[in-house]
Amino acid sequence: MTDVLELTAAQAARQIEAGELGADEYLDAYAEAAAGEELNAYLWREDPNGGRGGGRDRPADAPLGGVPVAVKDLFCTEDVPTTAGSRILEGYRPPYTATAVRKLTDAGALVLGKTNLDEFGMGSSNENSGYGPVLNPWDRRRVPGGSSGGSAAAVAARLAPCAIGTDTGGSVRQPASLCGIVGLKPTYGAISRQGMIAFASSLDQCGTLTRDVADAALLLRAMEGRDRCDSTSVGIEGGVELPSREDLEGLRFGVPRELSADAEGLEAGVSAAFERALGLIRELGGEVDECELPHAAHGLSAYYVLAPAEASANLARYDGVRFGLRADGDADLLNMYERTRDAGFGAEVKRRIMLGTYALSSGYYEAYYGRAQRVRTRIVEDFAGAFGRFDYLVTPTSPTVAFELGARTDSPLAMYLSDYCTVPMSLAGIPTISIPAGLAEPDGGGPELPVGLQIAAPAFAESRLLDAAHAIEGAIGFDATPGLGGG
Amino acid sequence: MSVPSGYEAVIGLEIHVQLSTQTKMFCGCALSFGDQPNVHTCPVCLAHPGTLPVVNERAVRYALQIALALGCEVAPRSIFHRKNYFYPDSPKGYQISQYDIPLAANGSLAGVRIHRVHLEEDAAKMVHLGESGRIHGSAASLVDFNRGGTPLVEIVTEPDLHDPGEARQWAQLLRTTVEQLGVSDVNMEEGSLRCDANVSIRPPGAEELGTKTELKNMNSFRFLERGIAAELERQASVLEAGGEVAQETFHFDPRTGSLTPLRSKEYAHDYRYLPEPDLVPLAPTEQMLREAREALPELPDQRRRRYEAEFGVPEVTARQLAFDAELGTYFEGALEAGDGVEPSVIANWVTGDLAAARRHFGADGREVAPAHLVAVARMVVEKRITHASGREVLDALVDPGSSIGDPEEVVESRQLAAVSDSSELEAIVERAIEAEPAAAEKVRSGNPKAIGPIVGAVMRETKGRADGGEVTRLIREKLGAA
Repeated sequence: MTDVLELTAAQAARQIEAGELGADEYLDAYAEAAAGEELNAYLWREDPNGGRGGGRDRPADAPLGGVPVAVKDLFCTEDVPTTAGSRILEGYRPPYTATAVRKLTDAGALVLGKTNLDEFGMGSSNENSGYGPVLNPWDRRRVPGGSSGGSAAAVAARLAPCAIGTDTGGSVRQPASLCGIVGLKPTYGAISRQGMIAFASSLDQCGTLTRDVADAALLLRAMEGRDRCDSTSVGIEGGVELPSREDLEGLRFGVPRELSADAEGLEAGVSAAFERALGLIRELGGEVDECELPHAAHGLSAYYVLAPAEASANLARYDGVRFGLRADGDADLLNMYERTRDAGFGAEVKRRIMLGTYALSSGYYEAYYGRAQRVRTRIVEDFAGAFGRFDYLVTPTSPTVAFELGARTDSPLAMYLSDYCTVPMSLAGIPTISIPAGLAEPDGGGPELPVGLQIAAPAFAESRLLDAAHAIEGAIGFDATPGLGGG
Repeated sequence: MSVPSGYEAVIGLEIHVQLSTQTKMFCGCALSFGDQPNVHTCPVCLAHPGTLPVVNERAVRYALQIALALGCEVAPRSIFHRKNYFYPDSPKGYQISQYDIPLAANGSLAGVRIHRVHLEEDAAKMVHLGESGRIHGSAASLVDFNRGGTPLVEIVTEPDLHDPGEARQWAQLLRTTVEQLGVSDVNMEEGSLRCDANVSIRPPGAEELGTKTELKNMNSFRFLERGIAAELERQASVLEAGGEVAQETFHFDPRTGSLTPLRSKEYAHDYRYLPEPDLVPLAPTEQMLREAREALPELPDQRRRRYEAEFGVPEVTARQLAFDAELGTYFEGALEAGDGVEPSVIANWVTGDLAAARRHFGADGREVAPAHLVAVARMVVEKRITHASGREVLDALVDPGSSIGDPEEVVESRQLAAVSDSSELEAIVERAIEAEPAAAEKVRSGNPKAIGPIVGAVMRETKGRADGGEVTRLIREKLGAA
């Protein structure tokens, strides 16, 4: 059994198609693993013996035929509980399925379960879930990152071969980094957002969490494309090629100081692993040079105005009138709103709604929202300038390895710094991937934990990005797995 | 109803037009009126998590037609915004509307400047159970999402109106204009046309505007005029008493005709507008603009000017014909049938005697084919019947109790043909002069106004079938007073 759980999704799909692996056997292995999980990674699991079984009738010519996928519980799935990690949606069963999920099942994938997350995607540790935190499979005293923490932990702990998540400011890349797997955030607009519960609409993008770069390409290929239900979706022109590159001859890699050596809170172990990765890039023939992103340091500040502003509007629909939680009692309308939202939302969600509401208020709009938009424009220009000189930009994904549960819950600012290196790419809307770069001790000592290398490319250059990531992945040769009994 | 003396009224209007598209503004649900509640809904217009709006292209085309009909400049890229407010009629918690860059701006209609024209979505309908009909004090409130998401065009004028009657007339013109475009039902009772007014007063000639108040819910043109007039009176009395007009919003009660201020909580919103990130900017293509322009029919104000300039129709008549879509269509039909008859003559018949006959018989009255109206007019012009007889023929054609549908038949059956034999008429005139010697004497001695009784006698004998001008001429001739 252990062997099939070690297969990548692409390997399993190939073996199933060749008749070397039974699709049912493969699904049952994962269903069993997921059923026995102790990380709180899943909020809902498909019953493998249940009557649903829709996905088992696989279409012919299905690139993901027989591959189970864990789906972050921020994607709507018809008639299947969908919570967004929030108590306010407890018991909610959507009347429709998200485009991204439907495209996966159209390609032959099966929804294995819905994974835990920070409430509405707001968090970097999964401790903001309304259904309890997810534990990091490398060390159960530590967080898996967030907000796609359930998806990342499930893939790392062999509870799913692959997963999808959402990335608004780093919510796919940072947990992938902290769990030692590959996390891809495509270009904004590559994958439809229809059915993906909104946090900050101008930043939200569906992403993949996989064991390797090839699987990321496989899932992206199935999901990307223009969707008439999402006016902001455009797809990836020319589609997605599966990565094959082994070297980096003639490719130029920029290293923005602001997001590497000068990054706030950068740990020594992370820095060392990053430097080793740069060395490998050079060995593969890549040119590595410093570059400047002068406004990147302001990315986090702009992000924490823009994202909460959009969230304050996006979350207004949870009012107790039509679905989800409604506070009981014979209160008047305003009281019903207040009590429902007070009971249904967690502290971080409330904080961001307050922040966003304030930033949009009459008399403050220009000073906050308007200004943050201008910073965003500068950051977009910074990246455009950098991509004039470089094919890729590389940074550490997270300034630190996985931190301990509770370590940052008292300080929202410390928590926000977890996304210091990932937020600028989100503001620019460009494709970015995090791949495992090795293991490192946290500052202050402790067991070695995964470090992520972040690689960014120009908008819609996913195929090129995946090619380079594939070459570097091969050179790094990361093959550590979490000690699953540990803790 | 006019402006309180000693003041100048400054009035601007805000009009909401529901577009008559097949589907809603941002989803595929059918538009409806009067159906069972909540049957035209979907995850998008119920604001389920994860749903996204998609702009209705037909709604954009309709809005472009309105914008062009109002002479507006269309923005190359207009932006949708979220207008945030919590209320059960707004399932998303915000209305998608337009804010700093509307679809179109800077137009004018009949001398009133159009400030802006923008697209948005309608709110759902709330029904408050209980006596008040308002949310305060109601036992419960129900929401019908059928209306939620209906495409709306909002038209905002500059404060260029100065009289309640003028405001009413202009609003009626706007309705006819939109009606001609065929993009809305423009029915005020059903709410497909809604009109709010911004009203202020100031001393005549003052440059600065007074504090304005907003009037809502005037669901007929009559109420619009009455509401504005009442508010002008109120503002004047506040100023007369040495007070100051406060910036308030009033709700017009059509039952009592009174204005009640809305509680400040009900309207004092900070809408926290933000650009709608789920939609891309609205950039009409050259082709869309061209098609919208080509689809424009002749509009009421253009029509009025044409009737005046080409046909010499007086302004009042031209307005009547051009600003009433039904009447205008009828007139155009009569012109087509009316070769040889002067358009200005036809115009007079349409707005005068035909309208009077229709009013007289009301809703039961029969339709008169434009060709028949022209036939009547022609008989009068050719003096085959008198004008009075023509009126009688029209009455017979409209009369639901009559079964004759052809003007010639009416003339024949009622023997309305004019007395055309001049020797016959001369004999009648002579008899009338003999019958009215006193009047005849006065005319002879130089008082032409005394001719009345003699003419009357002729008309009595001919039952109105004699031409009045010819009769007068003959009498004068006989009396040597020509």
